[in-house]
Amino acid sequence: MRWTLTPVLAVLAALVLVVPLTAEAQGKGTIKVATQSPLSGELAALGEGIKLGTQLAVEKFKGPVEKAGFKVELVPFDDQAKPDVGVANAKNIIADKDILVVIGHLNSGVAIPSSEVYKEVSLVMISPANTNPLITDRGLPNVNRVCGRDDVQGAVAAQFAKDNLKAKSVYIVHNKNQYGQGIAEFFQDTAKKQGMQVLGFEGTEERANFDPILTPVKAKNPDVIFFGGEYPQAAPMFRQAREKGVKSKFLGPDGLDSTELLKLGGDAVVGMHFTTVAGGVREYPKAKEFADDYKKKFGKDPEPFAAQAYDATAIGLKGLEAAIKEAGGKAPTREAVAKAVRKVKHSGITGSVDFDDKGDPKKATYLIYEVAKEWKDNKLVKRLEIAAPAAKKQ
Amino acid sequence: MDWQLVFAILPQVVMDGLVLGFMYALIALGYTMVYGVLELINFAHSEIFMVGAFVGVEILLGLKAHGVLDPLHPFLVLLLIVLAGMLVSGLLAVAIERVAYRPLRGAPRLIPLISAIGVSFFLQDAVRLTESLWRNAFYLTYPSFAVFNRRVEFGEQFDFSIKSLLVVAASLLMLFALQFLVTRTKLGRAIRAVAEDQPTASLMGINVNRIISLTFLIGGAMGGAAGVLFGVQYNTINPFTGFIPGIKAFTAAVLGGIGNIPGAMVGGLVLGLLEAFAASYLSLFTGGAFGAEYKDIFAFSILILILIFRPRGLLGEVVRERA
Repeated sequence: MRWTLTPVLAVLAALVLVVPLTAEAQGKGTIKVATQSPLSGELAALGEGIKLGTQLAVEKFKGPVEKAGFKVELVPFDDQAKPDVGVANAKNIIADKDILVVIGHLNSGVAIPSSEVYKEVSLVMISPANTNPLITDRGLPNVNRVCGRDDVQGAVAAQFAKDNLKAKSVYIVHNKNQYGQGIAEFFQDTAKKQGMQVLGFEGTEERANFDPILTPVKAKNPDVIFFGGEYPQAAPMFRQAREKGVKSKFLGPDGLDSTELLKLGGDAVVGMHFTTVAGGVREYPKAKEFADDYKKKFGKDPEPFAAQAYDATAIGLKGLEAAIKEAGGKAPTREAVAKAVRKVKHSGITGSVDFDDKGDPKKATYLIYEVAKEWKDNKLVKRLEIAAPAAKKQ
Repeated sequence: MDWQLVFAILPQVVMDGLVLGFMYALIALGYTMVYGVLELINFAHSEIFMVGAFVGVEILLGLKAHGVLDPLHPFLVLLLIVLAGMLVSGLLAVAIERVAYRPLRGAPRLIPLISAIGVSFFLQDAVRLTESLWRNAFYLTYPSFAVFNRRVEFGEQFDFSIKSLLVVAASLLMLFALQFLVTRTKLGRAIRAVAEDQPTASLMGINVNRIISLTFLIGGAMGGAAGVLFGVQYNTINPFTGFIPGIKAFTAAVLGGIGNIPGAMVGGLVLGLLEAFAASYLSLFTGGAFGAEYKDIFAFSILILILIFRPRGLLGEVVRERA
């Protein structure tokens, strides 16, 4: 019996060898750009924006890579804003050898574990939206972002509380996740350094009943309440605070940047401020064409981070182009792409990006908005360009 | 420690705790009554509560969209949505019993428990799906009424809103009505008979299935009323709103002595107060080392202690009859 198997094996082996060869013959194959963002669940609107921004950029900038003989394809993944789903997707992504660039994620808590998976194969990830310092502070050569960081954002918010809101005392509440608690701590650090009195620092997963948390807040009567977290909790909390007769001013980070904040919070949130790393497209003069194309193609206005995803993708494709050139026109390795991306200098629609040695943009934009009665009328109060801090020794 | 502050906010904390506690008590009734007659823990009850909250918000938003909300008297509107929430949730509970529990009545105890968990997931996602299709959002906000938000002030630190008062009043009313129904009427006697011994009750001419359906109807209605009051009190609801209050109310039922109606009330109040105290005072008393985020751990540790010394719950031994 044994000898009869040999020819079968030989045929199989031949097939395995021949199939890639024939594919090679019709051009140099396909290069895929993957997106990872929540396409379902409560943050789906933002995640969809990342996907569509990437799609637009792939169509616009794939030219040079296609000219080099590769087909460029977009493969969207839904991370559901959950770390476990993000990691499971990441494992599928690294198994697909054609995927050379990942654009994502929306949530830092998902991006951090997923990027550990990409790191195994040096697959480059360019984040349009993750603001947690740990994204880049781990010093991974394959992880980059085009937006600002929470340590700076928290500090900007605290400085704003002092200079513009004239706050002498603050009360901090956070949502206990990596993002919310992180930014709340950075806010607290700067607030203390600036001589403001921190009257309380509380975490809560509560979504409905904020009474017991607000009772001490009301008694201590802080000038400003800072909420580190996202709008599904912030809106009811601020609303209940006003109903309870709390007179403090409200302040929060970019997790509050959604029309839902106004829908859920009503009049209580009108006049409050939030900081963000991604302004509306109208803040970026160069993004006008992008916004028009987006509206024409998808029938809606771009969400926050869609323009950032567009820039991130453009950078990814530039990196690909450089890596292909370096490989003499052949398909580059993932490692080569990651190296090339880190070197890209790109003047994008949301600003020019030039990565430092850990993958942060050397200068990032931070904006502060005041909430108006109609979300689209939100007023830009302050705009700052701040350099990323150097990596701390861990 | 800042004793002045501790005492200044005390009345407010007690009030917050009472409001929360009565809400838990109303939900706990659904668990306790069903357990009383079937010895089944109806884990779908938290979703019955949530559906009640959604019925309330849908009616309010519907009225608002047609511009008839403002002319109507707010108390009338409140009565309307509470009744509607009770009706829908009560009928839903009956339907769940008919579909998911009755066919399994002879099966081992754990089987209906699993089908209860299944129903619970089903209802969460059914509401999420319909609201997503219907409103393109499943975080919904109760329109606020100026009258209910008005605050009655007593000095600097203590005040409460009209709506908290309404929650307390409505809960008390329903609890007393229920207690009266169960202990003083013929129907109540039938319920107690079924709880005591089903075959014998059936021999005495009681239609056991009807009584069980009725128990689900009453328990579900209480849950629905709690859902509407929860929405009015805390504004924002979503399809997963029911889970945490449901678990807490179940705990309250066990704490009070499961199967026991006054027990559910006592358990709810104790749990609500513990939680409010923990959330407001933990960081004051520990100098910020433990904050409000540990309120549940604190509250549940005390519960465990109580149950170690009184395993049948606070009122579990005093009152022999089960509802």
